[in-house]
Amino acid sequence: MAKKPHPYIPNSVPEVRAEMLRAVGAESTDQLYAEMIPERLLLKRRLNLPEAFPAEQDLKRHVSDILSKDRSTEDTLSFLGGGCWNHFIPQVCDEIARRGEFLTAYAGGYYSDLGRFQANWEFQSLICELVGMEVSGIPTYDWGSAAGNAVRMASRLKGRREIIVPAGMSPARLAVMTNFGNPTEMPGALKITKIAYDKETGSLDLKDLKRKISESTACVYFENPCYLGAIEDQGDEIAEIAHKAGAEVVVGVDPISLGVLSPPSDYGADIVCGELQPLGVHMTAGGGLAGFIASRDEERYVAEYPLRLISVTDTVEEGERGFGQAAYDRTSYMAREKAKDWVGTTTALHGIIAAVYLSLLGPQGMRDVGEAILQKSHYAAAKLSEIKGVAVRFPEFFTEFPLCIDATGKKVVQANKALLRKGIFGGKDISGEFPELGQSALTCVTEVHGKADIDRFAEELEAILR
Amino acid sequence: MTDVKVRPYHASVWSEPLIHELGARGERGVILPSVEKEIQKAVGKADALIPKGMRRMTPPNLPEISQPQALRHWLRLSQMTLGMELEIDLGVGTCTMKYSPKVNEELSGMVAGIHPDQPEETMQGLLEVAWRFGDVYLREISGMDAFTFQPPGGSAGAFNNAVIMRKYHEETGELAQRDEIITTVFSHPCDAACPATAGFKVVTLYPDDETGYPSVEALKAAVSKHTAGIFVTNPEDTGIFNPNIDEWTRIVHEAGGLCAYDQANLNGVMGVTRARDAGFDMSFFNLHKTFGSPHGSSGPGSGAVGVTEELAKYLPIPVIVKRREKYHLEYDRPHSIGRVRDFLGNLQVVVRAYAWTVAMGADGIREAAEISMLNNQYLSEKMKEVPGVTKPYGGRRLDQVRWSLEKLKADTGCGINEVNKRVVDYGVQSYFTSHHPWIVAEPFTPEPCETYSKADIDYWVAVLKKVCEEAYADPEILKKAPHNSSIHTVDSAPFDDPKRWAMSWRAYRRKMK
Repeated sequence: MAKKPHPYIPNSVPEVRAEMLRAVGAESTDQLYAEMIPERLLLKRRLNLPEAFPAEQDLKRHVSDILSKDRSTEDTLSFLGGGCWNHFIPQVCDEIARRGEFLTAYAGGYYSDLGRFQANWEFQSLICELVGMEVSGIPTYDWGSAAGNAVRMASRLKGRREIIVPAGMSPARLAVMTNFGNPTEMPGALKITKIAYDKETGSLDLKDLKRKISESTACVYFENPCYLGAIEDQGDEIAEIAHKAGAEVVVGVDPISLGVLSPPSDYGADIVCGELQPLGVHMTAGGGLAGFIASRDEERYVAEYPLRLISVTDTVEEGERGFGQAAYDRTSYMAREKAKDWVGTTTALHGIIAAVYLSLLGPQGMRDVGEAILQKSHYAAAKLSEIKGVAVRFPEFFTEFPLCIDATGKKVVQANKALLRKGIFGGKDISGEFPELGQSALTCVTEVHGKADIDRFAEELEAILR
Repeated sequence: MTDVKVRPYHASVWSEPLIHELGARGERGVILPSVEKEIQKAVGKADALIPKGMRRMTPPNLPEISQPQALRHWLRLSQMTLGMELEIDLGVGTCTMKYSPKVNEELSGMVAGIHPDQPEETMQGLLEVAWRFGDVYLREISGMDAFTFQPPGGSAGAFNNAVIMRKYHEETGELAQRDEIITTVFSHPCDAACPATAGFKVVTLYPDDETGYPSVEALKAAVSKHTAGIFVTNPEDTGIFNPNIDEWTRIVHEAGGLCAYDQANLNGVMGVTRARDAGFDMSFFNLHKTFGSPHGSSGPGSGAVGVTEELAKYLPIPVIVKRREKYHLEYDRPHSIGRVRDFLGNLQVVVRAYAWTVAMGADGIREAAEISMLNNQYLSEKMKEVPGVTKPYGGRRLDQVRWSLEKLKADTGCGINEVNKRVVDYGVQSYFTSHHPWIVAEPFTPEPCETYSKADIDYWVAVLKKVCEEAYADPEILKKAPHNSSIHTVDSAPFDDPKRWAMSWRAYRRKMK
């Protein structure tokens, strides 16, 4: 027993504990455990753990002493993106994210948690407007999981097992999707086939797509902007090829681009998925991710969602609205192994934050942020291209691009080390993931960068590569 | 019973419109960072930077609303949400609605600006916290050897373990033969659904009527050369600890399978009994339940996975390793299952869990477990005063009890749904009924973890008692409930009607016409 009552454990007060033991007719907690757990399974010693810091001040010092060793994008100029991006976060997003009601709610019902249900529903509404769809749900873990769920939805819808993906997609997302796909020994295994991308533009190679698509293809998945930064402008043609083969079109998007880029519904997407982190969620070392899925409002699509789907409804009171879970029987909470994949504790809070973000930005804000990203990233690309031996790989991009330094004879790993000494996180080294792009760094510029930041980056890089 | 007076309550009623119904054309909530004139001059108009067919022609139909009005809207919605911090949330069992210390929020905020691909030397602190939490704390608490925090929720932890099991049998060449997972019906739904998603057939064992858990014979009858492994929760969702669990793991191992432990119900047995000592090969912890990270309206969470040395090579990449006093992200692991999520998982959750665990220490962890268990005994004692409540299966329970309102339903026509609508009228969160299928009729499952005081438990029981007494006196009160909520009885028919359900403003407007 702890010597002092612990502030998080009211009944650790010895007198209370004793009173409760008396009330339940037991001598000790050990006696109670012995009634429930066989003796051979009981740990007969104290856990061997480091010294505790029950005092808040001591704890704070202990943890912050460790974490204060870290650098971050707050103190270091960063050009990292590649699936987790540094964007401006309105203060109101943080304010709502910290509200104890949302932060500590969980599985309450719609009478006690009306506000949470409405917030979940409004997230669905807002993301649907952005991507041009009518159904979405409480978000899942990340873009990779959303893509994994989406291709499985398509596979079940079509009764087909082959998934086509771009060779230029995020290797991490592909790894997640692969684990959703099962190995070939398994009866329901999905076969994932990669389609080449054009080395000049980053777009999908349509000839390769036509070669590989077949009547076994459940869906064609592609990303926009793609992982390597390029804007895929052949969406219509890809969708036509896919639909002709009887396959679904699944498009993964970075939603912060959708104030200026066409929504995937405009170029034939049947299912849309993507990453919500850019919409007001801190990067948090990758902990800020959240994946969404959206589709048309057709029963056959709704039936395949693994996610919790919140629907609006009426109440007995005239003019009053309520919310609840739609088609709940399909979820794993009801159907266990017969469910559509699984649903669990995912990223509902990040969905609420994204809803707050979209409500603050509105149509004009989404346009402004998209334009700022385009102008700043293109300014950076032009500026960096002026450096001798440095080339931007794909001409048409949104927020990031492979910056190739092959002609300098240097390696990205060296350049990034030197940049770090100057207080800069260079772009992600993708020479291992995409050797065909040579010594390239996936360089990301967003609305948070100022001209001075970009100029400084270019100057330092030039000096390093000289 | 100590005379506890149930106090009057009323939820906030803001009758808040939908965000799309608020604001006015031209209003805006925030101004984006400016683009310098030099940049604009250098690159020209943004539209020209977009391939022609890819320009958005119609702006998204998002609300146009000023900042104070937007803030007000979201605050009102938060006020109409009964978060754990505001009330006695012990009704939501299997979820361990424990207090999330405020100081941990501030500490986890320290990592907000870190990009996951930063050079590892610039995030040694974060990696140290994660490594210590796994290799020092969870190693001791579970007895497991190696850890990953990549699974971003409990179910994701179960999926991760199903994929490891798959990989293990793939490497031994037996996957085609070993395609069955065994679980129990009182284990969590993810223990069936995640192995199924990973491609396995699922065999579910049902409990013995008397003991409440499946017999050893039932397990023996289920294992075969097709068995890939078991996925079980223990104590199960009934609060009953399967006392033969070590024999179970032995039987499964002898049949060539692996044993995966769902430790979402760890809270009452932390520091009391360990996964490894019961013979498990892998386990996962819900850091958003047992280790004090907030539930976040349902995530972000963390399903921290621990495995034995033998299975460590299968962990998803990257794995955090310590070499010569430095922390590294190790990617070159040829046997790894790859990834179950992008980047490193929810490390902000790990920071909170670490802080919680350090604040507790060995004695505090044991104390939390003991008090959770004792609170449950005390709640069980108090429940005897509530009319219409029965406890299926005999014996004591650890962290929670699966109760039944079958008698109340038979006597009054009011069952768990009616009672649940009414408890919210007294400022108590609607309780967790039970995962499906409902083996126990009219089930509900409160979990009075260490957060709740004796007075809290007394009050919660007093509310339940009052509601059950109302059921006997005037069932209509319950049937027409809630009376003091933010809204009234909803029409749930549209939820399963494709013509009437509406998952967005777009669909809603179309269907309203």
